[in-house]
Amino acid sequence: MSTPRRRLDLDAVVDGRRIVVCCGSGGVGKTTTAAALALRAAERGRRVVVVTIDPARRLAQSMGLTELDNTPRRVAQAGADGGELHAMMLDMKRTFDEIVVAHADPARAEQILTNPFYVSLSSSLAGTQEYMAMEKLGQLHASGEWDLIVVDTPPTRSALDFLDAPQRLTGFLDGRFIKLMLAPAKAGGRAYLKVMNVGISTFTGVLTRITGTSLLTDLREFFAAFESLFGGFRERAQLTYDLLKDPNTAFVVVAAPDPAALREASYFIERLSAEDMPLAGVVINRVHRSAAPQLSAERSIAAAEVLEERAGNATAVGVLRMHADRAALSARERTVITAFTSGRPGVPVAEIEAMATDVHDLDGLRRVGENLATYPAA
Amino acid sequence: MNFFPDVRLHVVSGKGGTGKTTVAAAMAVALSREGRKVLLVEVEARQGLAPLFGHAPLPYTETRLARTEGGGEIYGLAVDPELALIEYLEMFYKLGRAGRLLRRMGAIDFVTTVAPGLRDVLLTGKVKESVIRRAGDRHAYDAVVLDAPPTGRIVRFLGATDEVGHMAKVGPIAKQSEAVMTLLRSKQTAVHLVTLLEEMPVQETVDGVAEIRAAGLPFGAVVINKVREPQLGKADLTKARKGRLDLDSISAALATVGLDADPGAVKVLAEEAREHAERVALQVTERLDLEALQVPLIELPQLTGEVDLGTLHQLADALVPE
Repeated sequence: MSTPRRRLDLDAVVDGRRIVVCCGSGGVGKTTTAAALALRAAERGRRVVVVTIDPARRLAQSMGLTELDNTPRRVAQAGADGGELHAMMLDMKRTFDEIVVAHADPARAEQILTNPFYVSLSSSLAGTQEYMAMEKLGQLHASGEWDLIVVDTPPTRSALDFLDAPQRLTGFLDGRFIKLMLAPAKAGGRAYLKVMNVGISTFTGVLTRITGTSLLTDLREFFAAFESLFGGFRERAQLTYDLLKDPNTAFVVVAAPDPAALREASYFIERLSAEDMPLAGVVINRVHRSAAPQLSAERSIAAAEVLEERAGNATAVGVLRMHADRAALSARERTVITAFTSGRPGVPVAEIEAMATDVHDLDGLRRVGENLATYPAA
Repeated sequence: MNFFPDVRLHVVSGKGGTGKTTVAAAMAVALSREGRKVLLVEVEARQGLAPLFGHAPLPYTETRLARTEGGGEIYGLAVDPELALIEYLEMFYKLGRAGRLLRRMGAIDFVTTVAPGLRDVLLTGKVKESVIRRAGDRHAYDAVVLDAPPTGRIVRFLGATDEVGHMAKVGPIAKQSEAVMTLLRSKQTAVHLVTLLEEMPVQETVDGVAEIRAAGLPFGAVVINKVREPQLGKADLTKARKGRLDLDSISAALATVGLDADPGAVKVLAEEAREHAERVALQVTERLDLEALQVPLIELPQLTGEVDLGTLHQLADALVPE
């Protein structure tokens, strides 16, 4: 308890920054935290949009989100002092399609949108989500409509893969693989095989053996049609990367007070600091606190046992055992939190107290926001 | 072993934070009893399995994590997509030099990172290989337990191969994906979901079961993790919820065992009791939602402290009672 640590001032974050990105492993309450921060900012007078990936149904309903339609919707009864809260759920396929339509001429766009490889890539294959979330972030920022954009990220480690996107795309686009894939289209059909050197025909031969010819054809068509877009993609990835690195952006890592979730939080912190991304701090969610800390788990259990032996008041025995469970849980959580914060003295921390039931309405989100702002509790 | 006796591939998924990695490890322990050999696979590069067995991070080779009574063995494997791809190419196409060529060309980077969905194909392909692998006249492993991606992604993860299979239509990739899907949809596979008795995990489980069924994947069981028994009787729970506990008599009882019965402290205890009662009531309704699914429900107790081999054995006992 005595470890000095920096307090994460989230009111300063939601008042001052332009972009807040929440990341963390699954089940730690990332979406709830993102929504609570956005609501708090709106009630402090800012015009806010929160982009969620896959909110729990009732949380989505509480914000008036009934469908995945990629359009920010105003949340009724949220906001004060001229502030407004808007919310949207990310539709990754639609976001992807929009980029294609915006950057290719109609004939080419049509060709891409119907390519089987594209259809799979954009709608069902994992990993696309991260890129599309960042793409949406770039679009919302460019619109200039928002004081603050809060983004929720998918609950996987790969959520931060978009940080590599610029380098990866550059490496890939400058590489020989793509040139080879594009070569046949440029050489006009199958004639290329004759003019290519042995290395390349070995290469294509290998690919054909692995993939079968039709997949290779689809892939080639995809790359050929996409070629004009690649440069744009790289540029956009670089812009988004710069935007994320801007001091007006804040990354908030969300965790729960258990060893596995805090290990994941450490991974995110290291990843962000390796890229010099502006980490605001860590929010530890659902922390159990006992309001009667003077009554320890041990004393409580001992008292319950004595009382039970004497066949005393059964309700009092139950209450003591219940309290002992909670005090023990609270002590365990405190131990792992202290270990975590002592190892990272420079990282500001805030906590959210565990609530008896799930948060699924605006009042619940408001309580979470207040909890964050007033941490540490007296 | 009466835990899904026909199943050789157990896929364990669940919402993040429900403890699916721990449950997968406990399942491997249960399955390894009676002298069986079990492979425990992780695919998300989290290295979540090794610490549960007090083991150093796993390399991409099958490594023994523990022995259990009766000659049982548990092996662990952290699948790395890039190495899986090279292994796959060498196994099926005897590529050798050409494989290295692909790597130099950046094709491997492309497959494993730029088109991340293909990653799932490689991962499930590797899992299938370990399920069907033979050692002499028997299977190399009696059972394989997969610590799979979370519920929100599980159907997409397992179906990635199907997706690529559709794209490839004919040729070796199409054949390979067909073989993977045949295994995943067969009676040899069961997809289990881990949940807590809380609103969001239960909702996700209910949706997940429907999705898994719709995708034609065989559902196994719902594992309810971290179940806590209520500490108060039914009548007291009702009173606690309504704020009608008799504080004076509790105070008096505490005083008899030497606990300082200051009225403020008793009020705090009553408030804690109210929250406890709220949670218990919520658990009752959540359990009803799970029962309505009409799938096997398995309950695991809440254990305290860090998970180790001892805890895994306790959970294994609860998972497969003797």
